[in-house]
Amino acid sequence: MMNLIIGFGVVLIGVIIFMIFRITNLVGLVKGDKEKADYNNGIHAFLFMAFMIISLSVFFWYSYVHFDKYTLPVASEHGKITDHLFWITMGICVVAFAIISIAMFWFTYKYQYKEGRKATYLVDSHKLEILWTLVPAVVMALLIFRGLRTWNEITGPASKEAVVIEIVGQQFAWTARYPGSTDEELGKIDFRLIDASNEFGLDMTDKNSFDDFKSLELHLPVNKEVLLKIRAKDVLHSVFLPHFRVKMDAVPGMLTVFKFVATKTTQQMREETGNPKFNYEMACTEICGKGHFSMRFPVIVDDEETFRKWKASQESWLKQNPDFLRLVPENLREFAMIKSGMEPDNGSAKQGVLQTVSKR
Amino acid sequence: MATADIKVHTEAHHDDHDHEHEHHGNFWTNYIFCQDHKVIAKQFLITGMAWALIGGILSVIFRLQLGFPDASLEWLRPFLGGWITPEGKIDSEFYLALVTMHGTIMVFFVLTAGLSGTFSNFLIPLQVGARDMASGFMNMLSYWFFFLSSCFMFTSLFISTGPAAGGWTIYPPLSALPQAIQGSGLGMTLWLISMAFFIVSTLLGGINYITTIINMRTAGMSFTRMPLTIWAFFFTAVIGLLSFPVLFGAALLLIFDRSFGTSFFLSDIYIAGEALPHIGGSPILFQHLFWFLGHPEVYIVLLPALGITSEIIATNSRKPIFGYKAMVGSMLFIAILSFVVWAHHMFVTGMNPFLGSIFTLLTLIIAVPSAVKIFNYVTTLWQGNIRFTSAMLFSIGLVSFFLTGGITGLFLGNSAVDIQLHDTYFVVAHFHLVMGSASFFGMMAGIYHWFPKMFGRMLDERLGGIHFWLTFVGVYLVFFPMHYIGIAGFPRRYYSWTNFETFSSFADLNMLVSVAAIITLAAQFIFLFNFFYSIWRGKLASANPWGATTLEWTTPRHPQHGNWPGEIPTVYRWAYDYSKPGAKDDYIPQTIPYSETPESNLPHENDLIKLEMGNSGAIVPDNKKH
Repeated sequence: MMNLIIGFGVVLIGVIIFMIFRITNLVGLVKGDKEKADYNNGIHAFLFMAFMIISLSVFFWYSYVHFDKYTLPVASEHGKITDHLFWITMGICVVAFAIISIAMFWFTYKYQYKEGRKATYLVDSHKLEILWTLVPAVVMALLIFRGLRTWNEITGPASKEAVVIEIVGQQFAWTARYPGSTDEELGKIDFRLIDASNEFGLDMTDKNSFDDFKSLELHLPVNKEVLLKIRAKDVLHSVFLPHFRVKMDAVPGMLTVFKFVATKTTQQMREETGNPKFNYEMACTEICGKGHFSMRFPVIVDDEETFRKWKASQESWLKQNPDFLRLVPENLREFAMIKSGMEPDNGSAKQGVLQTVSKR
Repeated sequence: MATADIKVHTEAHHDDHDHEHEHHGNFWTNYIFCQDHKVIAKQFLITGMAWALIGGILSVIFRLQLGFPDASLEWLRPFLGGWITPEGKIDSEFYLALVTMHGTIMVFFVLTAGLSGTFSNFLIPLQVGARDMASGFMNMLSYWFFFLSSCFMFTSLFISTGPAAGGWTIYPPLSALPQAIQGSGLGMTLWLISMAFFIVSTLLGGINYITTIINMRTAGMSFTRMPLTIWAFFFTAVIGLLSFPVLFGAALLLIFDRSFGTSFFLSDIYIAGEALPHIGGSPILFQHLFWFLGHPEVYIVLLPALGITSEIIATNSRKPIFGYKAMVGSMLFIAILSFVVWAHHMFVTGMNPFLGSIFTLLTLIIAVPSAVKIFNYVTTLWQGNIRFTSAMLFSIGLVSFFLTGGITGLFLGNSAVDIQLHDTYFVVAHFHLVMGSASFFGMMAGIYHWFPKMFGRMLDERLGGIHFWLTFVGVYLVFFPMHYIGIAGFPRRYYSWTNFETFSSFADLNMLVSVAAIITLAAQFIFLFNFFYSIWRGKLASANPWGATTLEWTTPRHPQHGNWPGEIPTVYRWAYDYSKPGAKDDYIPQTIPYSETPESNLPHENDLIKLEMGNSGAIVPDNKKH
């Protein structure tokens, strides 16, 4: 019923507007609205001026007053540099934008139609053309120069000491895999080995796999280079760490990497922003399906000591899934048990596990 | 003189044809399967307008979700059925379908077919002085392939699994695997079929445009006398002809991957509980192929709008366009560069970073010719005598959008800065202003300007003014706030941001954007009313209502098939003799020889008078044959 009334109201308003349109048209005809070259110049010229003044004022006012609202605090080394480049570009753009906008709207106002005035027959000016080809070219050259230097640093190879973390995207969740503390090497994976329990597709014939562990949070050490190795299981995803200015797609069948240094722990950030509940987050920025918007991954930056402790306290994947010992080659089983931390000193327990494994 | 002979021959042929049509034409040959370029242009225009309306409505539906995440959309159930969840929300998968179809429709069906198809068809023969396109039949096929393509795309909106939903860029594996998203089933198949026909249509049209411009210019219409519209349509057609086949190839390979088990784009995939047999493909390869069309596509959309605007700004400033040669040169430069910047869409997709450096360099170079164009427009306004016709209003709007949207390209084109901004609302704001809104305004400007020639009547200028201001302010309110949202890192194609603390703000701006979007869409109904009302009831148009110099205004009020009842006029000067010192009017049509305007001729133009005599001397005897 309500819909019907609303629909009826809309139709009624439409009819009224149409009647007004017809009446003004007819009045115009009666008045002898000849083909005069009026084109409502005064009104439009005035409106353009008003639009320019109001919109530029609102733009500068909003950008100034709400600065903290639309800028994210930066917490990585390269992020400071790219932010700096961003604001340099912003400065150049705002100046150019303001000058050209003001000139354009001012001209439309100043040179509005006047009966009898003749426009200037200005065909060309090589000096002007060269000037405004060269000025943008030089400005671009500077931006390119700074941009490329930064880009090359960011995408350059990571150092050997970098903390390696694997991030795997799937519909619609992230998982992280850390190399265990004993070898600091990630084990091999193969997508054909993936099943309901072996979600990484870990290759159990590789010694490096034994102490790898899974995490549903991304823990990062502060002030230490981190190398993200990024994979996807099903479709494209994209790792986005907004506070660290990190973004890199996760591509099925192709390993992608991003290295960076986090500069502020979660705790420091909480103090700095005055928000005791502040948390770093990771998001997906490549359309990946129904749950694209929900791929949140919590991120925690710790000081180095806490990070090391956290890492040491994590149970290896193999220890959580002792069934998979059966896939480990027989000669490596004992080594695997030691490396994965399955209580190696407790003889009877070890024996028990080995027996259950060989029975299968 | 060979060209002149050929020309005369085709004229004779068309004249016969013309008489036939006038006497024997019926409804089917006059309006449906018509080979007259003017009718085909109107067919493209009306179809394009229908698509624009659909695309606009889709965008308002997803803006409702983004602006009012808590509102109940139960009232949409009669239209959307099962896509409204039991809680009264839009289904999050359908949200992606809406975004995908909005993009596809607007980019291809409205701003490629609707804009280029309409105005290239309408203006090329009229402005170069030809009876019709080089091949009227191919031109007709071009429209009907587009129509067929439209049918497939339209059908896909109504199937139970929904239309394609993997983004308008249809990146595989998402677009290749129905397990990943429902829309990649039948919806994606229809999308691919539709695009295949669309590409055929574009190629048939493009070949015609190029041939007509090169071969069928009237006597005296040298390349340097062509209006900038024609230059723009020419470059657009060339770009389209070179880039669309690549999309066709990509689509074909994707069809193979989807249906025949090949692995061009797929590798190492574990989905829905099983590992797929595909090995060795690369999703990045698809992105390269897609953007090899996708980036030139931006200019396919934009150049016609810029051409139309050049014409309208010159006419309504009563001034020659400033730097005609620089305008042509910058369009040529843009056309060439548009082919070597595609990978700036892919800086963070895992592409080799060295390529990122190269494409940063090339991308920022393209900013230079674009800047030149803006400066030339502004200088054309300077010391003009500006008449604010609706077409002029929309053209000024275009320049404003081109500036606002174009300048943010300096951020995105720089790979280091793009890391943070890629796939955020900053990108959305950028391309909607520079490509979407600017081109849309070019299309609107063109409709207001050439409506008198299309339908013999005028559009209502007051309604045009209201339409302009609501749309102009509306578009800025929709897209300007998105810059802030983007700088804050909000990712695009998100159904909701409530899962993230980082993206929990800006409910206010998002609501503002949605309200503005609704108002902007509503304002388009003023235009639709004006359009259809004026076709039948508008003021009668005079032969040359805007006092323009170009050839189309020398045709009768209702040009028949063949355009000019008598001979095709000869061209003696360029298209921009506005407010020439000494001339009695403030414009001199292209058909007036220099010998008739001794009072306003520049010294070097007096030298051309002799040539004019020779020129007409050669043509006239031939034309007297019929």
